Amino acid sequence: MKPIVIGLNHNTADIDVREKFAFNGPKLEEGLLAFRDLPGVEEGIILSTCNRVELYANVRSAGHALETIKTFLSTFHNIRQDALENALYIHEDIDAVRHIFRVASSLDSMIIGEPQILGQIKDAYELALTRKTTGILLNKLMKKAISVAKRVRTETRISENAVSISFSAVELAKKIFTDLSKKVCMLLGAGEMAELAARHLMNNGIKEVLVCNRTYERGCELAKDFHGKAVRFEAFIEEMVHTDIVICSTGAPTYIVTKGQMQRVMKERKHNQVFLIDISVPRNIDPEVSDLENVYLYNIDDLQGVVDANMFERQKEAEKAEKIIDEEVETFLKWLASLDSVPTIRALRARAEEIKSEELSKLLHKMTDIGEQEKDAIEYMATALVNKLIHPPTAALKESTEDKESIVALIQKLYGIDTTRDEK
Amino acid sequence: MEIIFFELALTCYFAATIAGITELFKGSRTTSRIIVILTVVGFIIHSVSIVHRYVAAGYIPITNPHEATSFFTWCIVLIFIILELKHSISLLSSFIMPIVFLLMLLSSMLPRTIKPLSPVLQSSWLGIHTLFAFLGNAAFALAFVLGIMYLVQEHFVKSKNLGGLFERLPSLQTLDEMNYRLIKWGFPLLTLAIITGALWAESAWGNYWNWDPREVWSLITWFIYASILHARMVVGWRGKRAAILSIIGFLTILIAFFGIKVLQKGLHVFP
Repeated sequence: MKPIVIGLNHNTADIDVREKFAFNGPKLEEGLLAFRDLPGVEEGIILSTCNRVELYANVRSAGHALETIKTFLSTFHNIRQDALENALYIHEDIDAVRHIFRVASSLDSMIIGEPQILGQIKDAYELALTRKTTGILLNKLMKKAISVAKRVRTETRISENAVSISFSAVELAKKIFTDLSKKVCMLLGAGEMAELAARHLMNNGIKEVLVCNRTYERGCELAKDFHGKAVRFEAFIEEMVHTDIVICSTGAPTYIVTKGQMQRVMKERKHNQVFLIDISVPRNIDPEVSDLENVYLYNIDDLQGVVDANMFERQKEAEKAEKIIDEEVETFLKWLASLDSVPTIRALRARAEEIKSEELSKLLHKMTDIGEQEKDAIEYMATALVNKLIHPPTAALKESTEDKESIVALIQKLYGIDTTRDEK
Repeated sequence: MEIIFFELALTCYFAATIAGITELFKGSRTTSRIIVILTVVGFIIHSVSIVHRYVAAGYIPITNPHEATSFFTWCIVLIFIILELKHSISLLSSFIMPIVFLLMLLSSMLPRTIKPLSPVLQSSWLGIHTLFAFLGNAAFALAFVLGIMYLVQEHFVKSKNLGGLFERLPSLQTLDEMNYRLIKWGFPLLTLAIITGALWAESAWGNYWNWDPREVWSLITWFIYASILHARMVVGWRGKRAAILSIIGFLTILIAFFGIKVLQKGLHVFP
């Protein structure tokens, strides 16, 4: 009964190493079953995302099993084992538990607090459940990891505030406008980041996306993607009168929106608030536009500043999360220790003795008119009964079979024993 | 008895103020709920104290400075509670409750003796005229606070300093539109107050308009708010400008309200 983690992530391995070791598509299920069947591996789960490949296992003893797993990794992916050595990290026992909790809570992620990892963990566990590759230890460990992650998310602010430029633009838009579903957004020029921001706005219910590109045809294509309308480049200034959010990223070498133009636009739109996002380098919107009332201009550095500040905030929250994880690791270890057979045997005996003496004293209390001899006989019979009844479970506990932990857990349940509580 | 209710209301508003200030630094759903509960409880007790005084005096208690300030505060809280229930504008309570508390504190320090009503005030116009005037001004007080909140939030957005308060303040558009809505409520009330005041003046003094300081200031206030509404509807003066104008407008009201009381001159000052 020993939890271990063996894996690599974005910190220890470059993308070209990670992709070689990734368990993609059908390889995941195939790999999982092969992993589970390795000698010394009693339970197994494989987590494979674009940032990490991790194998969780319950092993009888670490030393031999680790070598087997490493060999499995290199043969399965057909890569020489020395390519692995530097990239792999290995955690055992308490470290393994803590590692899994941290991964699920997104403390080990490239972007701390990003929410996808929990879903990926759930999927990995789901697959393991359907393929029956987990047992008592990993089941408990994964369920706990998922609940710890949820606790971290509700008790800290680790997943709040945008930490990507495109998303921070959306958060800002929400602080300028009350209701995005009444607002129109215009993409001025196109680029990956601009399109991403527009997509985020769409997901947040923006009313309409206009696309304005120097080549009108390209604009039309893009507009289809956003179920929006293409605007001719020559007409964008007029269109700004009816646009509340402008995401600008043309390749123009100069300012294409000047203060004078913007002033006229503002007058025509009756000074309704407008949010300008200039993510082009060199900048396409004259920074002086920002002096105008009700015009809110953010360039790429401004948005990066917002992201950095939010990142810093998340790191502070991560410290709180670590404390939660410390607590949870401790309770988990208590549970783990309770699965040991010795304290369970002891508790079982104690429970039986307790019942025996209780019932005896009740009985002898009522039967006042019997002699010493009868008393001894009754006591003898009670002891014999108890011993005979608890012999088979005790024997089962002492036998070290493969599914010892489940027997321990079962007996604890049947006899109402809780060794974790006794320790306190 | 009435004094006990008054002090109790004052205490509730004080507690709500403290909770409101805490909310500024560390907000949570529980604090905002506590503030609303404290305010509503304070408001109910406050209402009881006003009714009590009405029964004791035999006329609507809005004639001396203590009563007027207390009633004005009551109107502000009334409008705040309506806003809170309808729109729940985050952090509004943190900004309005200190003002409510200070006004109430001021009222508590003014002389509270009940004097017989001077003959000119013994009219059914008293209730109607003052209710319009006070409710209108209370709406402007809320617009003033929303204007301040707008300037704070606008400062955060413009300076790109998106700290803690930025996250919890409502969006600029929300603040701006609420400010506008309150002025739209306040303006007709102020207009009605001036009209009923004129009718009352006619029946009391035989003249619709006497150019006494209160009348002049009310007219100035009326023009300020009329121009705020006009500028927004016609030229689109919204956002920062509207916020600043609503602040100026309310400061004018304060001058009219307290300045004249201090100067103790004119027809509106009753012994």
